[in-house]
Amino acid sequence: MTTLSQQDALVQYAAQIGDNGLIIGHRMSEWCFRAPSIEMEMALMNCALDLIGQARALYSYAAKTDGKGKTEDDFAYLRDEKDFRNALLTEMPNGDWGDTIVRLFLMSAYNKLFFTALGQSKDADLAAIGVKSLKEVTYHLRFSSEWLIRLGDGTEESHQRVQNSLDHLWAYTGELFLMNDAENALLDDGISVDVTALKADWNLIVADVLGQATLTLPTNNWAHLGGKAEGRHTEHFGYIISDMQYMQRRYPGCEW
Amino acid sequence: MTEQDTDQAWPLWEVFIRSKAGLDHKHCGSVHASDSEMALESARDVYTRRSEGISIWVVPSNSITASKPDDKESLFEPADDKIYRHPTFYDIPKGAGKM
Repeated sequence: MTTLSQQDALVQYAAQIGDNGLIIGHRMSEWCFRAPSIEMEMALMNCALDLIGQARALYSYAAKTDGKGKTEDDFAYLRDEKDFRNALLTEMPNGDWGDTIVRLFLMSAYNKLFFTALGQSKDADLAAIGVKSLKEVTYHLRFSSEWLIRLGDGTEESHQRVQNSLDHLWAYTGELFLMNDAENALLDDGISVDVTALKADWNLIVADVLGQATLTLPTNNWAHLGGKAEGRHTEHFGYIISDMQYMQRRYPGCEW
Repeated sequence: MTEQDTDQAWPLWEVFIRSKAGLDHKHCGSVHASDSEMALESARDVYTRRSEGISIWVVPSNSITASKPDDKESLFEPADDKIYRHPTFYDIPKGAGKM
């Protein structure tokens, strides 16, 4: 394990929280023009804009802390796959409506606890971002919980399909509660969130909603790891950034 | 999913938004939703994204009984020549101030 300076750790920490928002936000934005109804399209785009907005604030703060004249755009558009430390869950493909809802639900339950804790950070900027983001992710959790209950406690087909989504995505949740190098480096100063401490409350939220949805809580605790710890992504990630970064890579410095 | 499919699957709800404290809820449009919770959330997502509201009501459209446009003459025109129903014929005592 490499040792990070406190400054580098803070840059990475702000950026990696932003990465979660940018990548899942980008995924949600892929539903644009494809959602099952205009109302659901608006709902998903609102979520996407909240999440990408969080990424912007965090990247801007990372750029400022870095002090090398970078901007939020450098973090979003000019880093490579290895530099992104998002949780693998956020990069999972949209799949069907149930896959998207389950992914948003699992992540929003985490985000709600995470941003609540980040609001208490000793770092004033991160704390302010935590307080603002909490309001947004609280709604995402409400929206996705309602949908999960609707699908789980819906028809036989919707129940089975959303149970399959849950069983599939479950193996990407374990990573959320493991500390990486930046988080460890900032923990003693009260800057980073101890994500290992969020697991118990997350289990309670998930179990409660799954119960209402008549879905079965997966018991498999094996987890895919690597995204957050060392930028080792799933095969889906390259397609995301090639889509997202195409314009900046093809026409460097272009603005519109 | 076509528009028609959506219509069949999800009923219509009328949306009323209160823009700020002290004002009335005003009708602003409608959404399709399978239940009241979804209707409320869709109304939030469609009609309050530019800070238009602080409170939302949703009502199933089929719960609203509406007057028919064809009844306009018999329902509303009889009131047109009853100007004495407006409180404009009273002398307001000076001491009452501005009403």
